[in-house]
Amino acid sequence: MNLLARYAESIFWMARYMERAENLARILDVHETFSRDTRGATNWFSIVQLNADEKDFFSRHDRPTAEAVIHYYMFDSQNSNSLLSMLRMARENARALRPWISTEMWTQINVFHNKLLEMSTSDVPMQNLSKVCTWIKEECQTHTGITEGTFYRDQGWYFYQMGKYIERADQTTRLLDIKYHTLLPSPVEVGSTLDVSQWTTVLRSTAGYHAFRRVYPRGMSPTTVAGFMLFNEGFPRSVVMCVRQIDGVLTRLRSRYELRGGAQAMERVDELLSALLSRPIEAVLRQGLHEYLDWIQLQLITLTTEIAQAYFGMDAPVAVQAQSQ
Amino acid sequence: MDLPAEHTALIRQRLSGLDFDELRRRAQDVERELYNLGITFIVYSEKDAVDRILPFDIIPRVISAKEWTHLEAGVTQRVAALNLFLHDIYHDQKILKDGIIPRELVEGNSNFRPQMIGLDVPFNTYIHIMGTDLVRDRHGTFRVLEDNGRVPSGVSYVVENRHMMQRVFPDLVQDIGIRPVDNYGHKLLDAMMEIAPAGVDDPQVVLLSPGTYNSAYFEHIFLAREMGVPLVEGRDLVVENDRVFMKTTNGLAPVHSIYRRLDDAFLDPRAFNPDSLLGVPGILDAYRKGNVALANAIGTGVADDKAVYCYVPRMIKYYLDQDPIIPNVDTRICREADALQYTLDHLAELVVKPVGEAGGYGITIGPRASKAELEDCRAKLLADPSNYISQPVVDLSVCPTVTPDGIEPRHVDLRPFAITARNTWVLPGGLSRVALKKGTLIVNSSQGGGSKDTWVLEGGAS
Repeated sequence: MNLLARYAESIFWMARYMERAENLARILDVHETFSRDTRGATNWFSIVQLNADEKDFFSRHDRPTAEAVIHYYMFDSQNSNSLLSMLRMARENARALRPWISTEMWTQINVFHNKLLEMSTSDVPMQNLSKVCTWIKEECQTHTGITEGTFYRDQGWYFYQMGKYIERADQTTRLLDIKYHTLLPSPVEVGSTLDVSQWTTVLRSTAGYHAFRRVYPRGMSPTTVAGFMLFNEGFPRSVVMCVRQIDGVLTRLRSRYELRGGAQAMERVDELLSALLSRPIEAVLRQGLHEYLDWIQLQLITLTTEIAQAYFGMDAPVAVQAQSQ
Repeated sequence: MDLPAEHTALIRQRLSGLDFDELRRRAQDVERELYNLGITFIVYSEKDAVDRILPFDIIPRVISAKEWTHLEAGVTQRVAALNLFLHDIYHDQKILKDGIIPRELVEGNSNFRPQMIGLDVPFNTYIHIMGTDLVRDRHGTFRVLEDNGRVPSGVSYVVENRHMMQRVFPDLVQDIGIRPVDNYGHKLLDAMMEIAPAGVDDPQVVLLSPGTYNSAYFEHIFLAREMGVPLVEGRDLVVENDRVFMKTTNGLAPVHSIYRRLDDAFLDPRAFNPDSLLGVPGILDAYRKGNVALANAIGTGVADDKAVYCYVPRMIKYYLDQDPIIPNVDTRICREADALQYTLDHLAELVVKPVGEAGGYGITIGPRASKAELEDCRAKLLADPSNYISQPVVDLSVCPTVTPDGIEPRHVDLRPFAITARNTWVLPGGLSRVALKKGTLIVNSSQGGGSKDTWVLEGGAS
């Protein structure tokens, strides 16, 4: 059974936008919770940095206040990295895919988007932010569940998985990067209470705190957290776990469905995986985490281009997507 | 006032068991569900694009088995005559030579496609999907108001309206004996396979849509899903060596049969409108070589022209030697001097329609028009008489309809859908459109119309 190149592309991006939306909701939620526990000096600006949105943000806001940042990432339809924009993109792709995906998948995204759109006209007060983020997270998880339960398992399914795991790997590297370099405390603060709670924030926003505790019952150091998020083989958001999934998906597309293209992408994923497995976290930190994460992000971006060239039709116009982050 | 029809007695009895608030509550459930399912069309305003549902009235329009037998035969007859007409004008042109229809009306028609001259199409079928607009006059006689032989739309609402009624009114639908409508997709796919080029074992059928921005996109999705075929856009297709292919994840794959929801003008920028980005360059050549089937065929627009419409009864006589089973609305062709004079003399009593417009635009309804509007109409008629036809006002029949003021009569029309490859099949019922605004006769969705579920009763129940 053939899969239209344009459908494959839309499936890939629908998955990415839903995954991206879930990650953003997690980050906003955890930031809000965290802000209540501490001196109130939560650095909302770090979210702007995390998404590399400084330029666009300051073109419309003077200061990164909590209200400004939250509005910017929730409902600002001009911001392509806002939840509303992500849902709009996911919905547009889902709409293009309606002949292909289950009615339940479409309806859930459609209703989700429409509710968010309605909400955007009324303000979300700070005290409701956590509730709204939880709702968004749950809607994204509902999407995941409906997809798991209704998506016909053919090529399309693998393109969905590919989009999801590339996005997830990318999000994890960004989160780590921001913690390590923008929130980098002064040498005095390393190991202080503040530092530990910020690391806890990072883990919580990826729902990884308890998993981390199981692996490391005592203590928490930047090294163990970074190592866990990059290399842990059981944590569903670790970069290694995601890249293994991408590897498996590509392999199956090429063997089970005998897709001719994608040799280059395959090679890149293999190289990325062996690179990830070859160096312990201590070595990575010694040589510079930021450079390392940057390199991984670049690999993922190039991989996306190679996948597009191999499967989405070289000269076909792109599916609905914002400029990549 | 006439008594309600006998065949609806049981349905009326059941409806009367529901109080008005309950009806309204269920009507709201339906509207929310339609919106959530995205059974919508897009309305473009200056600022943005908004999803709108086609308003749905929950009181069904009911057609007896006997009435339907008559309508089905009438629609089938009409499709047959129009297909014979199209074959004739693109081949021997006997009907023009015999002077039954003025030659310039056909060859001078903007929808006449010289590219089709001499080309043979499977089963000589040009109009594979036909939507015939019917109205019922004050005597209860169904009449044809308009033929839609290019890209008729609305069938998705027929099927979805039924699904909605079954979900929201299980107590009303049960054991009535309603002819099903949900096999439309299978019938359409069968026809698309039947017309595919000979020698292809397992033809690849696709639906060609202008894309997500088209206001009928929901219907395209619906039909592609029902047929289980890919919905493609022009950019998904390429023509190589006069063969059509679609771009897949594994390269190009052949396409044999295309249900296109795109007007002729946009189909092939090389042959028709060169600015069209929606079409497929070279597809006309592939079609002419017989390597791909198109439904509907190219050039059918000349048969559903409002001026040609007036001649359809004569066509039926000419080709089939039969009288029309469903008559036309009496129509005057203003290009003819007598007809123009009559129209000008009776302007205040007549409906004047431009022949080229769709969607209810440009119509002047004499009895409801102001003096200024009538004078405007008169000026236009005199300036370009052959662009107009005139008809008496047909008092469209009414159906009970839920309105803010309770249940009230509202005007309805009916668009049955016929699928033709080797033979013709008519979907039992069709789209009943209803003019929701009090007093208005215009049922088009672009002008505030809604729709109703249309029930054709099984033989025994009437």
